[in-house]
Amino acid sequence: MNNIVLSTKGLTKHFGALSASKNITLDLRVGEIHAIIGPNGAGKSTFISQVCGSIKPDNGTVHFLGRDVTQETVRDRAQAGLARSFQISALAMEDSVLQNALLGALGASRNPWRFLSPALGNKMLVEQAKHALDRVGLSDHANKRASELSHGQRRQLEVGIALTLSPKAFVMDEPMAGLGFEGSMKMTSFLNRLRQEAPILLVEHDMEAVFALADRISVLVYGEVIATGTVEEIRADPYVRDAYLGEEL
Amino acid sequence: MTFVLLAEQILNGIQFGIMLFLMAAGLTLIFGVMGLINLAHGSLYMIGAFSAAAVAGMTGSFILALLAALTASAAAGALVELLVIRRLYNKDHLDQVLATFALILIFSEGTRWIFGSFPLFLDIPDPLSGPVTIPGGIQYPLYRLVLIGAGLFISIGLGFMITKTRIGIQIRAGENDREMIAALGINISGLYTLIFSLGAALAGLAGALVGAIQSVQVGMGEPVLILAFVVIVIGGIGSIKGALIGALLVGLTDTLGSIFLPELLKLVTDPSTATSIGSSLSSMAIYILMGAILIWRPTGLFGIKP
Amino acid sequence: MMREYYLNTIILGIFIIIPIWAFIMDEPFTITLMTRAAIFALAAVGLNIALGLGGLVSLGHATFFGIGGYSMGILAYHAQTFTPLMEWPILVSGSKLMPLIWINAVIMSAVAGLLIGILSLRTSGVYFIMITLAFGQMFFFFSISWSAYGGEDGLSIYIRNSFPGLNTLVPIHYYTLCITLLCAVLWINSRLIKSPFGIALNAARQVPARVETVGLNPVRLKLAAFIMSGTVTGLAGALFADLNRFVSPTMFSWQTSGEIMVFVIIGGVGRLFGPVVGALVFVALEHWLGGLSDFWHIYLGLLLLGIVLFGRGGLIGMICGEARLHE
Repeated sequence: MNNIVLSTKGLTKHFGALSASKNITLDLRVGEIHAIIGPNGAGKSTFISQVCGSIKPDNGTVHFLGRDVTQETVRDRAQAGLARSFQISALAMEDSVLQNALLGALGASRNPWRFLSPALGNKMLVEQAKHALDRVGLSDHANKRASELSHGQRRQLEVGIALTLSPKAFVMDEPMAGLGFEGSMKMTSFLNRLRQEAPILLVEHDMEAVFALADRISVLVYGEVIATGTVEEIRADPYVRDAYLGEEL
Repeated sequence: MTFVLLAEQILNGIQFGIMLFLMAAGLTLIFGVMGLINLAHGSLYMIGAFSAAAVAGMTGSFILALLAALTASAAAGALVELLVIRRLYNKDHLDQVLATFALILIFSEGTRWIFGSFPLFLDIPDPLSGPVTIPGGIQYPLYRLVLIGAGLFISIGLGFMITKTRIGIQIRAGENDREMIAALGINISGLYTLIFSLGAALAGLAGALVGAIQSVQVGMGEPVLILAFVVIVIGGIGSIKGALIGALLVGLTDTLGSIFLPELLKLVTDPSTATSIGSSLSSMAIYILMGAILIWRPTGLFGIKP
Repeated sequence: MMREYYLNTIILGIFIIIPIWAFIMDEPFTITLMTRAAIFALAAVGLNIALGLGGLVSLGHATFFGIGGYSMGILAYHAQTFTPLMEWPILVSGSKLMPLIWINAVIMSAVAGLLIGILSLRTSGVYFIMITLAFGQMFFFFSISWSAYGGEDGLSIYIRNSFPGLNTLVPIHYYTLCITLLCAVLWINSRLIKSPFGIALNAARQVPARVETVGLNPVRLKLAAFIMSGTVTGLAGALFADLNRFVSPTMFSWQTSGEIMVFVIIGGVGRLFGPVVGALVFVALEHWLGGLSDFWHIYLGLLLLGIVLFGRGGLIGMICGEARLHE
């Protein structure tokens, strides 16, 4: 199918006796948000890491833009257009917010080998970085140190850095965590528009946001996808209700 | 090249390796449990050698000298741990490197101040001096054989302590999970001091034992320390087994390299060139070994993969 | 808290005023001391690129210092004995010309930096420290066993090498050369910190995983920093050998590596002028304390312990506080 951007087939990963991923097969299509939900310890982060290349699966494949990328590094996949935002903010805390965004722009330019000209003097890079910060609502904080940002703002910066890469697909690990009500609303409406640019594989605990955003949901329990479907299908699935959603709904 | 020479060199290599192991074991334990890189470990080796030489000079007893070495280095280790080292556990490696480098400066200059710049000599005790004939008709210095035996004995004792005793269980728990030993209600700071002075005592003992076949002088510890680092890099940080195997590899490579590389080169070039290139190459042999192992296994032979 | 910029200006002022004063008062020894400080500063500025920017705790920078020293020693030795350096495949003779010696020192250091860096950067953290220390020791023992160039005794050069248009035998002339090189490297360094490379390297030090996810290779960035760092320290080594007209295995020793690192730490890691302050303080202590006591290293050790245990950010950190953002 031509509209599949990212897909995994039979992804399996063991850590000793623990199987973190069991035969995970799913895909991400043009224009959609595909949410992965599941209880803590279900193997969501391990799955994301295999998709992005920081963990190699024991079995199974990852295809991105029609290409088998299973053996490729994180860098190769990033350069091919896969943008990841981390669950635990991975930011250069000593640097300014703008510098963090610039790093993304630099990655997109693939050329960090410029030694004497100031990065802030490079209009193209700075524009790209500022534009991304503007979109996630951090323009006012561009000159703060990343360490001075609130938890929620760090999540926004994570997404901002991903934006500078102008990717073909986003992989976001809990972008709503710690955002608070208003922040979550903003991020939700932002991601809602973002899916037109590139589809999003979204791991999220905030069920309200997931139900508002997702085109499809996959439920991961003990490393296994127990159901995939639309919001309605998942809500209605008795097995899912039993295994995960419980009394919440 | 005769069988006798080969056997002698192999024994020399093993003896050197065993002494390196005594250094490396302490270093790797301290790193494994406390996450500390200790450059001052060579100073503890030196303290052991100087205490032994001083006590032997005063009393003439080698046994007393060894006891003095053990006591002095363990005490110095405990003291340093209490005053300085324990402030470094939560700091980064750079701070640890610098603080322990500062300790080297203080210990080395302090020793020079007390004992002067001239080397001291520690004699091999009479009953252990002279060669013995071992199977195969090889004449070999008895003292070096005793070193090998003593080193092996200590290695086995250390292995036993770590696998079978209560303190060993605590140490292994500490290597796996520092919070766990706290949860088990073990007195961590006491345990750390104990491990540090145990490592110090091993280093001091090695210094005293080697002091009898080399001169005892300021700065004797650091070359051994750096070789012990090579041993740890080869064996894998935190692994006692790795330290033992790494130490034997380094000891044998160093000893055999300096004998056989020039001989090998004589087959392809004239003797004087062979000798000079051979000695240059053999001085690099263990580092080349280290480089090769790093390419093969970046975390050493028995290191935990990241 | 003083702005770092003002402090840097004052330090630069010290490096200009004291030698001029010493020149007027005809105190060549003071000029030589300042030359020593400038060269140590250069060596430490080199290390600071790896350590401060790249987070690479290299305890083997004596390797580069020594390679620079022997670049000078070997070229000048062949020139003064009129023996060719190499006859095959092409005839190469020695040289007494500083610029040539410097270029040679930089190239040789870069090659060594590449090889050591590729191997050492397969690891990180405490392994990296031990490995760089071990490679330093390898060069040390190699230089001792290399009898063609003096082995343990080192090489003496009878007359200081020459620089077109200057009389390098006059202390102030040689000082001018050294301080100019130091300033040039500091200028390059100040640009480097703000460059795209500097930003990427800075991030590679703090969050390598992030750098990978934007498609850059953190190890390659660090390798480049390690090589650059080595070339600067190598250049300093060539200058140091020329200052003493002597090169010996001591330049390769682990103590030298430790001291270069001490310069950086006393002044302040990652601060542009940190290594310069550190080297200046070290030379001053060496001169004054060394005059008072033969055992002045004890005091140096205590000072160092104090800075590590109680003073974050070295002397510059104590005077100026936390580093400001690069704007």
